[in-house]
Amino acid sequence: MMEGRTDRDPVTGTETTGHDWDGIQELNTPLPRWWLWTFYLTIVWGIGYCIAYPAWPLIDRATAGLLGYSTRAEVEAQIAKVDARNAEVAARLASADLATLERDDPAYHYGVAGGAAVFRAHCSQCHGAGAAGALGYPNLLDDDWLWGGTLDAIAATVRHGIRNDTDDDARWSEMPAYGEFLEVEQIAAATEFVLQLSGQAHDAQLAASGAVVFADECASCHMESGTGDRENGAPDLTDAIWLYGGSRESIIESITNSRFGVMPAWGPRLDEVEIKAVTLYVHQLGGGE
Amino acid sequence: MSDSEPTALYAAREPIFPRRVSGLFRTLKWWIMGVTLGIYYLTPWIRWDRGPNLPDQGVLIDLAGRRFYFFWIEIWPHELYFVAGLLIMAGVGLFLFTSALGRVWCGYACPQTVWTDLFLLVERWIEGDRNARMRLWKSGWTPRKIRLSLAKWALWMLISVATGGAWVFYYADAPTLLRDLITLDAAPVAYFTIMILTGTTFVLGGFMREQICIYMCPWPRIQAAMMDEETLTVAYRDWRGEPRGKGTKRRALAERAAASAQAAGPRIGGRSPRIPMPGIDPAVGMPEPARDEPGDCIDCNACVNVCPVGIDIRDGQQLACITCALCIDACDDVMARIGKPRGLIDYVAFSDEKRERAGQSSLSVWRHVLRPRTVAYTTLWSLIGLALLYALFARPEIDITVAPVRNPQFVVLSDGSIRNAYDVRLRNKHGEDRPFRIQVAGDAALRLDIEGIDATQVPVPADDMAHQRVYVIASANTDPALADATSIRFWVEDVISGERAYQDSVFNGRTEQ
Ligand code: SF4
Ligand code: SF4
Repeated sequence: MMEGRTDRDPVTGTETTGHDWDGIQELNTPLPRWWLWTFYLTIVWGIGYCIAYPAWPLIDRATAGLLGYSTRAEVEAQIAKVDARNAEVAARLASADLATLERDDPAYHYGVAGGAAVFRAHCSQCHGAGAAGALGYPNLLDDDWLWGGTLDAIAATVRHGIRNDTDDDARWSEMPAYGEFLEVEQIAAATEFVLQLSGQAHDAQLAASGAVVFADECASCHMESGTGDRENGAPDLTDAIWLYGGSRESIIESITNSRFGVMPAWGPRLDEVEIKAVTLYVHQLGGGE
Repeated sequence: MSDSEPTALYAAREPIFPRRVSGLFRTLKWWIMGVTLGIYYLTPWIRWDRGPNLPDQGVLIDLAGRRFYFFWIEIWPHELYFVAGLLIMAGVGLFLFTSALGRVWCGYACPQTVWTDLFLLVERWIEGDRNARMRLWKSGWTPRKIRLSLAKWALWMLISVATGGAWVFYYADAPTLLRDLITLDAAPVAYFTIMILTGTTFVLGGFMREQICIYMCPWPRIQAAMMDEETLTVAYRDWRGEPRGKGTKRRALAERAAASAQAAGPRIGGRSPRIPMPGIDPAVGMPEPARDEPGDCIDCNACVNVCPVGIDIRDGQQLACITCALCIDACDDVMARIGKPRGLIDYVAFSDEKRERAGQSSLSVWRHVLRPRTVAYTTLWSLIGLALLYALFARPEIDITVAPVRNPQFVVLSDGSIRNAYDVRLRNKHGEDRPFRIQVAGDAALRLDIEGIDATQVPVPADDMAHQRVYVIASANTDPALADATSIRFWVEDVISGERAYQDSVFNGRTEQ
């Protein structure tokens, strides 16, 4: 390709760039010049942007930019704006009594929504994101409560926790490990009685002797009827809800070695409004009393 | 390479000074411009009474309230499929028009064309027609040129502000917003939007013009792919017009031109590449019928002078042509004056070119417009339209959607019964508060419990949505409690009007954990 620049493609009549690869020529349809200038403009804009906004990463931060813009500050400003808008309802939530926060109270839904956030951040690790609990961690959706399901009872549980040694007001009880006091046969008999209490398949003969063991050893906390005692966090043994599972093996294990969970006191970590909010949230999950 | 002058990879924009033209298509375009601009600028000012609590603006996109009002139609966010449907219809409509009439959208209806036309009108009014404008362009910055330019830009700016301004009126109550805009009380986003649209209108309509169509817009590329042999598009009947020439010497000139063209090799095309047509070698073209008399084209350049994109249609169909048909008007005018039949430049289909060259007459317009392809597009378009209309009129004034809570799947209650939870949304499109009754059907053993409410009725505010958690409970050892899953149906009934709506869902029984 030495003929110079006036080459034209015979098919289209378009000028070629003069580049030729094995007989394939590159046509030249000139771009408009403003396009080029637009391209330069984007470069200038890019440089200006780097100067005006945070851009270049340094060791522990980035260049701040002349405008002092930061996404963090913007988020803070947005949060402040939302807080300001919610100031009235937030104040009502803070000052109102739990009992007066009825369902149609303007602060109720605000509290439930806030409580959901508190729950996700602090409670879901044990109780699960859907509050359904797990083996050993109570399900908060059902209608059974170890320590009570009224607003006040839930608030007290949240504030002081259960069987922790950091809060003097923590709810406290401790089931003995009966493996140390009772014979294996006695435990087996008591287990059959508990199965009978909850309406499950059981050995009636063993259950009859288990009733005696139960009356002697268990009834003081679980009550003679087996319906439990919320003062002591003693579970209702007659219902269909089992914290550690309701199978024969599991009940034997519970009686022999005893089981009980621990919950931290949230009083020191959450403020009063947060405790109120998470209480409202848990209360409306489906089992509130 | 280095010894010759470098190839120019960039080209400056060549100024274009379209001449005024009148005729059939120009008149049609004036009407279309008037109607479309009228619709655009005036629609937000149409009032429409919807009762006390709703806006009285005919067409309103209420982003904050999440409603789209179109006269008697009110669209909620969950009904956005209407918008999707309309967009699909617009797409199929474009297929239809393009396969029948080529880039008719570009030539008549595209905002870029309409506003450019409007800006040209202003330009012509202030600076004069083509020749005056060319003289002005070449002259230095005389006081007169400065005065005229300023007047032109000021008018353009007024149109641009009105254009940007009209846009925001679609998003808020127009009279209120106008007052707020003037007293500087409107939201910053309103000013910002107006500023951007003012800027784009001013630049695109006043300065960029055909550059948008040639270099920036994707439509021409897509539309070109939708045209076929039967598509009517603006073309020059070169078999009738050539050899072109002026006056008595036309024949000799034409011969000389032909000879020199042969010597120069293939003709140097227009400003943009020509589109090679399938089956035709553009360098050779169609075989010319032997003729010994001059063609009808008197080479007056009228068609070139009126062209808003500055091309010569006689070079063949071109990428830059927006098929505005103004060259047809210009040429028809000339033909009338020299006593020849109109239509040297005309809407011609590629298949007609073959016929006419072979001495046959072309097919009627209807034969081109009505053919299987366009009928198929029209059918598709109508079916979608009918489906949307049906959906529009069949949709109830109340609505329910149900989202089952799946974390956890179910909850065991102390009496052994199984409970599922559902997040239910109830929509009340009536202009007043209504109580809704919720019921569940699917198995007699299932019972419904509405969270926080002792009755089976939920109050739903006027023209709004209520969010309600609902529980469905199966007693221990009943079928649904033991089954893996049971199909259920939620019914909602407007207690006042008796209207009903439903949604299906599933009840999960106790499964082994
Ligand atoms: S090329 Fe694009 S911008 Fe130009 S008229 Fe056609 S659709 Fe409009
Ligand atoms: S050649 Fe020019 S005047 Fe003729 S239809 Fe195309 S754009 Fe319009």
